[in-house]
Amino acid sequence: MNLIHLAMQAPALLGGALAHAQGVAAAAEGGAEAVNPFVYLFAIFLMACFVGYYVVWNVTPALHSPLMAVTNGISSVIIVGAMLSTGLAASYWAAGFGFFAVTLASVNIFGGFLVSWRMLSMFKSKKQQQAKKKA
Amino acid sequence: MSVSLMSVCYLVSAVLFILALRGLSHPETSRKGALYGMVGMAIAIVVTFLAGGMIPTRFPIITLGIIIGGAIGTFIALKIQMTALPQLVAAFHSLVGMAAVFVAAGSLCAPEAFGIGVPGAIHAQSLVEMSLGMAIGAITFSGSVIAFAKLQGIMSGKPITFPYQHPLNALIGIVIVLLVVAFVLTGGAQWIFWITAVLAFAIGFMLIIPIGGADMPVVISVLNSYSGWAAAATGFTIHNMALIITGSLVGASGAILSYIMCKGMNRSIFNVLLGGFGSESGAVAAGGGGVETRQPKSGSAEDAAFIMKNASKVIIVPGYGMAVAQAQHAVREMADLLKKNGVEVKYAIHPVAGRMPGHMNVLLAEANVPYDEVFELDDINNEFSSAEVAYVIGANDVTNPAAKTDKTSPIYGMPVLDVEKAGTVLFVKRSMASGYAGVQNELFFRDNTMMLFGDAKKMTETIVKSLSA
Repeated sequence: MNLIHLAMQAPALLGGALAHAQGVAAAAEGGAEAVNPFVYLFAIFLMACFVGYYVVWNVTPALHSPLMAVTNGISSVIIVGAMLSTGLAASYWAAGFGFFAVTLASVNIFGGFLVSWRMLSMFKSKKQQQAKKKA
Repeated sequence: MSVSLMSVCYLVSAVLFILALRGLSHPETSRKGALYGMVGMAIAIVVTFLAGGMIPTRFPIITLGIIIGGAIGTFIALKIQMTALPQLVAAFHSLVGMAAVFVAAGSLCAPEAFGIGVPGAIHAQSLVEMSLGMAIGAITFSGSVIAFAKLQGIMSGKPITFPYQHPLNALIGIVIVLLVVAFVLTGGAQWIFWITAVLAFAIGFMLIIPIGGADMPVVISVLNSYSGWAAAATGFTIHNMALIITGSLVGASGAILSYIMCKGMNRSIFNVLLGGFGSESGAVAAGGGGVETRQPKSGSAEDAAFIMKNASKVIIVPGYGMAVAQAQHAVREMADLLKKNGVEVKYAIHPVAGRMPGHMNVLLAEANVPYDEVFELDDINNEFSSAEVAYVIGANDVTNPAAKTDKTSPIYGMPVLDVEKAGTVLFVKRSMASGYAGVQNELFFRDNTMMLFGDAKKMTETIVKSLSA
């Protein structure tokens, strides 16, 4: 259970790191030496790698295929970058590239989550199967 | 929406994604987990619409993209056959990779929108991050396209090798690094970006063509990992926390799966990725040149039905052949009839059975086999000695005892299922052909082995008929 506990706490730690990053950035405006924000992003990155490591080792081997479909779905959070590229930039090129990226990522979001839902709905225990037969 | 509030919302999304993976630790919690993932994604998308500085006239374009992509994704997800899952997952990986390339291109065209400089004078660090995101994305894309083609059968599953393959790859790699340096020195020249992209596409292609069909579980896992790292690198470029966290989660997930798959074959990741395993030349070398003269014992479906009916415990060992023949439903029917006769039935799954991690589990679940009758190698291996029958359907190398005894065998040291310890081993196979590793399975010639020659599905259906007769 320790790992789970750690996994649950890690996002809070990440949030702390970010808040700290912003604090330091604010201090930097006051004239103190600036810390490159990359350092904080990198800290978040490393922490997230650890969280991923522990959470994924806890995934039961029977669900490794759905795991791949779910990670397909969540890695499509890249749609955030695609939307920003489409919406923030005056450049039509950036908007065009963004639009294609939004479309591709959406295929993956809907496809990835739905396929994992379909797969996960098939996994039933003996009890659930018997209950289904009776119904 | 203020930047801080947005960051908090992205953080919430990331936490929900972590919970989504966490839910997969057990089938019972898994669907709730998937729901968390969907909610997390919805939050990320809504928040991005509300981002400060978004041009409202662009909203319809974004929405159009989501609708088109969403419709295609939904259609594919609902239509796809469960046996075609591995190629579907490969195709999805390729899309993430391509999206990463496009986002990198977008941030190159409009760096001011992301606060990373102005065209022609983008911060050096951002250019490196952009190149990384683009290169990993491009490799993921072309590599996944090849993996898809091999799994779908558009391309031969045999490894494609040619002289100087690895030096050529290394050369392309070096050129890519030099180009990235030039890209940074020029402050982000478009033409260098696109030449680098072409080379990165080429290397993804080159990396996957020498890898054979049965090594696809590793390839898919590795590409899964790459798609995560591509998302994380993109997150660094545009300073987005949701992308960095999620990218590293997915990257770690793919890396762990690759490790598990490699361990399941007792091969190093380099050995798999350098490719060429199970090629023609390898098969000849492994066979030692000797022609097999021994005759295996073969039997009919009726014999098999008789033996199983009178057993008290049967362990079914499915492999890729069951997926190819779509025999999972017939297998379940057979198991049901055996259970009616008071036979205890269990399923044993080798980590690398099938073409992707967990492939067999999904197929059995599709055929309504309860997950608590399905066991992993470590959990069931000592039960074979107490089973009267091992029913091996479409698996071969993963049952070969040579992995335990023959030090010269290419599969020596690979963890295998101890099917030979069962009273009788029933081997459903189309022919005596050797498995992927090109190794003869001496199990075929043992006294307690009975070969059932035929198509996995037809053979199992015939057994079902004689069981119910």
